[in-house]
Amino acid sequence: MSRKFSRWHLLLMPLSLVFLLPLVQMLLASFTSNADINRFPPRFIPSALHISGYVRLFRDAPVGRWMLNSAIVSGIAIVSHLVLCSLGGYAYARLSFRGRTVAFVTLVATIMIPTQMLMIPTYFMFSHLGLIDTLGAAFVPFLTSAFGVFLMRQFFLSLPKDLEEAGRIDGLTTFGVFFRIVLPLARPALATLAVFTLLNSWNDLLWPLIAINDPSKFTIQLGLVNFQGAHHIDWQELMACNVVATAPLIIGFLIAQRQFVQTMSMSGLKG
Amino acid sequence: MKHGILISDHEKSGAGVVRRRDRPGMPDGSADKSAPAAKPKWTARRRRVVANLTGWSFAAPATLIILALTLFPAAWAFLISREHWNGLTPARQIGWDNYRLLLKDADFKSAVNHTVLFTVLYVPVVLCLGMFLAIALNRKIRFISFYRTALFVPLVVSAAATGILANFVFDQQFGLANNLLRVLHLPQQGFLADRHEVMWVIALIYLWTDLAFSVIVYLAALQDIPTDCLEAARIDGANRWQQFRHVILPSLAPVTVFVGVWETISVLQIFELVLTTTHGGPLGASQTIVYFIYNQAFNLSRYGYGSAVAYTLFGGTLIITLGLFAYARRSKIEAF
Repeated sequence: MSRKFSRWHLLLMPLSLVFLLPLVQMLLASFTSNADINRFPPRFIPSALHISGYVRLFRDAPVGRWMLNSAIVSGIAIVSHLVLCSLGGYAYARLSFRGRTVAFVTLVATIMIPTQMLMIPTYFMFSHLGLIDTLGAAFVPFLTSAFGVFLMRQFFLSLPKDLEEAGRIDGLTTFGVFFRIVLPLARPALATLAVFTLLNSWNDLLWPLIAINDPSKFTIQLGLVNFQGAHHIDWQELMACNVVATAPLIIGFLIAQRQFVQTMSMSGLKG
Repeated sequence: MKHGILISDHEKSGAGVVRRRDRPGMPDGSADKSAPAAKPKWTARRRRVVANLTGWSFAAPATLIILALTLFPAAWAFLISREHWNGLTPARQIGWDNYRLLLKDADFKSAVNHTVLFTVLYVPVVLCLGMFLAIALNRKIRFISFYRTALFVPLVVSAAATGILANFVFDQQFGLANNLLRVLHLPQQGFLADRHEVMWVIALIYLWTDLAFSVIVYLAALQDIPTDCLEAARIDGANRWQQFRHVILPSLAPVTVFVGVWETISVLQIFELVLTTTHGGPLGASQTIVYFIYNQAFNLSRYGYGSAVAYTLFGGTLIITLGLFAYARRSKIEAF
């Protein structure tokens, strides 16, 4: 099969190229002078490569700051997700306490509530909590998630109990068992959860959009959208901004494709 | 299980209740069970208190944050939806007036029309394409990892970046799309600036970012089909089509329900792509329901009305989702 030419290539090769084409164009355009981009008729391959788009971008807008803000938001979101979801997941998988079933069923039911329905009251909640125009507005919604708790619970349920019981017999407390025995075993699930959180928090636009007006507090996604409003004719600069905003996740994807795909198929198992 | 929660934990209820609340094999439960009944009562009770404290100290942080960010605002949104409120002056209670207004609002109707039409056309396409491409990608041929990478990579591109890139690609004068049409000697198109084309173009862009999701889920499901089944079908003389029709397709049914529901919910909520490409234009031709909510609330300060629309969308989504599940159950598809 692999030796002989497969007819699937006739479908997959053009389709792959069509899917890559916009990204390739984004990258090329970011290195193409506006004179070249605005030439009529347009050409796909630029006549010369320039880095002037990036130079102008970093001069015109605090892109470095926006990237840092996004990194802070995603960093906090990932750490908090890993800690809170694994604690919660372990409780709902292994511990018995009053109200456990009710709490768990309620949690899972909240997965059904769409974010968009919450945007108006959440905006006022943030405003009462003084989170408007702070990075908190961007990371508080990603501190933890019902899906994350559910994912970790399913993982802990799949672990054999023997090790934990052995740990108890050796005199470990519940916390000891959790931190010394269970958590080290949970690495694959934690990696999935980290990628899931990274994708969601880095790419989120909604929360910063409604709650942040101060340009020094923009995440890169909000910065991108605002930048488009101000520079909608300067395609080179805009594409440079797009490349900067997109590059971290694309590079991450190329390095850890298996983990990303695994994460996506896991979020398929939810519910 | 249910009884355990209803029965109170007073000292009167004693060890019997503890036993009922236990699930077998739980570390804390087994500790309780191993405590002999003859031991003083306070020990059993203290163990229970400790178990509850431990359990909640694990569960409470995540649980409280999630409830505070979902159930609480959801309830609040309902209260706001029955108010006339601009966020500054005190709210006025107006009962169901926002919902009544909704039924007569032509702009809302057109937003619903766009969104529903989009959903009805998009979801079947993405299901078929996703399944087809998953089958195509589920084989060991040359370049397969290149194909997978190319088709999956748009998944990590944010809605904001996708929208801005799309503005460039579909730019009327300088964009790649019209350029390709020119090379092929086809008529130039308005794309995002054309009232009749804009939703189709947005659907195409959304397909670019979203197709990988269904492909990945289908691919995972395909790899779960035991090879014995396909082998057996082949030995019985089934051709490619029969193998697909009678072995592959039935085993993909549960995943299809899942992907269908998932896509329906997410497409009904399409928003960020509209915001970064057309802002609902031209002339409201790409106004979707969530963009409508956002516009009412955050541009026009009509928070009550916006919340009423949001609740209506939630209700509609819920009904559609439950309908799809009911349909799946009647068709004997074990979806979840």
